[in-house]
Amino acid sequence: MTDVLVCIKRVPEATGEVTLTPDGLGIDGSHAGYTVSPNEECAVELAVQVADGGRCTVLTLGPAGAVDQLRAALAVGMTDGIHIEGDSDAFSPADVAREVAAAVRARGEAGSAYDLVLLGNDAADTGDFQVGVRLAYALGYPVVTGIQTVSVEGSTAILTGEGPDGSETYRVALPAVVTVLEGGVEPRYPSVMGRMKAKKAPIETLAPTTVPVGSGRLALEVPPPPPNQVRILGEGAAAAPAFVATLAELGVLR
Amino acid sequence: MILVLVEIDDGALALVSQEALTFARGLGEPVEAVVLAAPGTDTSAAVADCAVQGVARVHLVDGPDLISYAAAAWASVVAGVLAETGASTLVASGSGRASEILAHVAARLDVPMAANALEASPVGESTEAVGGQARMPDQGSDTGTGLLVRRQVLGGAVVESTLLAAVPAILTVAGHAVEPVAAPVAGAASVVTVTPRIEPDDLRAQVASVTPRSGGDGASLTKAKVVVGAGRGAGGPDGFGGVDALAAKLGGVVGVSRVVTSLGWRPHHEQVGQTGSRINPDLYVPCGISGAIQHWAGCSSSKTIIAINTDAEAPMVTKAAYAIVGDMHEVIPAILAALDKRG
Repeated sequence: MTDVLVCIKRVPEATGEVTLTPDGLGIDGSHAGYTVSPNEECAVELAVQVADGGRCTVLTLGPAGAVDQLRAALAVGMTDGIHIEGDSDAFSPADVAREVAAAVRARGEAGSAYDLVLLGNDAADTGDFQVGVRLAYALGYPVVTGIQTVSVEGSTAILTGEGPDGSETYRVALPAVVTVLEGGVEPRYPSVMGRMKAKKAPIETLAPTTVPVGSGRLALEVPPPPPNQVRILGEGAAAAPAFVATLAELGVLR
Repeated sequence: MILVLVEIDDGALALVSQEALTFARGLGEPVEAVVLAAPGTDTSAAVADCAVQGVARVHLVDGPDLISYAAAAWASVVAGVLAETGASTLVASGSGRASEILAHVAARLDVPMAANALEASPVGESTEAVGGQARMPDQGSDTGTGLLVRRQVLGGAVVESTLLAAVPAILTVAGHAVEPVAAPVAGAASVVTVTPRIEPDDLRAQVASVTPRSGGDGASLTKAKVVVGAGRGAGGPDGFGGVDALAAKLGGVVGVSRVVTSLGWRPHHEQVGQTGSRINPDLYVPCGISGAIQHWAGCSSSKTIIAINTDAEAPMVTKAAYAIVGDMHEVIPAILAALDKRG
């Protein structure tokens, strides 16, 4: 059995129009709703598979509402949660890594250390691409990013991901940090039973250990959409000749 | 001095690395490069490409520990060159490898890193006055001193301004945000070879084996000049005959939206978007793709878009240069027939 910790982040859905908070420093998800990145959904799935009945904890640093994202992960098989309560926008990637490292150490000191810590490759909102790496340095663990499949043999993790020349395999001694990219596993849907269990699963709420330094964010802006200058070539099959003529104009056809 | 970590693709300097070099040159300091390549790789073409980009000096790396890729080992190499040269800024493309190595360097030096930069300019004391006058402190600046970076967040739907106040400033450049342009004066690109000592701890996570791809891969998608896209409008795993045929006919490749890969209709490596490939073709023909932020993040650098969609109000249509309003399953066969007739 492998004890696994997965870190997720509550982020605004980016399906429709994006609106900013009144101070212009945050993305307002109150209308669109909240989710976690597809990479993190895959990390949760890998954790459930790798733990194979062992302990798999889901952790988030976020506002009170982030409990929703913890419960969603608990509903697909995670066994317990850790909620570090705070405004995630006020935390830099280094701040987040420090808080997660503190939580990992605290569990270790309490006699329940994690063998493997999984994160998404990069958060869907800030896309910082570094929390996992900084966490690994804070803990003194090896780290591999961009991984799509994970299995464990004894005290070694076997990891695969796409590299420039093909599929790459790593064999890394545990404990280790791994960041996950979508594409290796299909996240499962929660069962009715899973949802029931999630409601009762324990979630430990923690306060941040230190005041965050902050990300250095000065402002956000939503770039205006490009002006609608689309030229409609026609409707249905009748538009085919216009399509071919346009390709010729563009020089795509020789 | 600006240090840029560059990569090799098909023997030459990778396109995204050329973009990063053009970006770095814009910061107004001399540029040097570290080439991320296993010892023994032919780097001559990449060094020549560096000269075209105005690079003054190229650092090549040798040593048995770097034959198999290990991010931490490369980070130790880059950190070593940073320390030795006193570079003010470290830049790389946003490729998986480069992002990973820069994140390691940032963690080792305990300085911030900004990913997916669109533009950057020095502010505060290092600000160069406009018009070639002497350097002078920018008294009017209320943001402090450092590198002011504008970067993509939320898949490019939002732009964040952030200040990198620490030295070195570390940032990756968003793919295809900058057009690579040759320097007005070629650089000397004088080559120095580093043979670093790698600590055992930095080899704990090292590639053990590589399986060459059998089928397609994301790389062919990112390099394609023509991409034919398909989304939910394909209707199911059997709905791709038309786009496959059209892509073949136009000498292009097929790219799909996230919904298609998450439904298992097509493999993940064909995905275009925030969690897939960022494409840069001359022509993109998205068929039955509504154009959510997730997808636009991967296709917005296409030079010309011709959308095929039943919904004339779909974002993919309104953002396109041209569109056909109709069902892809009716439109594509007609296009194939028209192309056949043309010979």
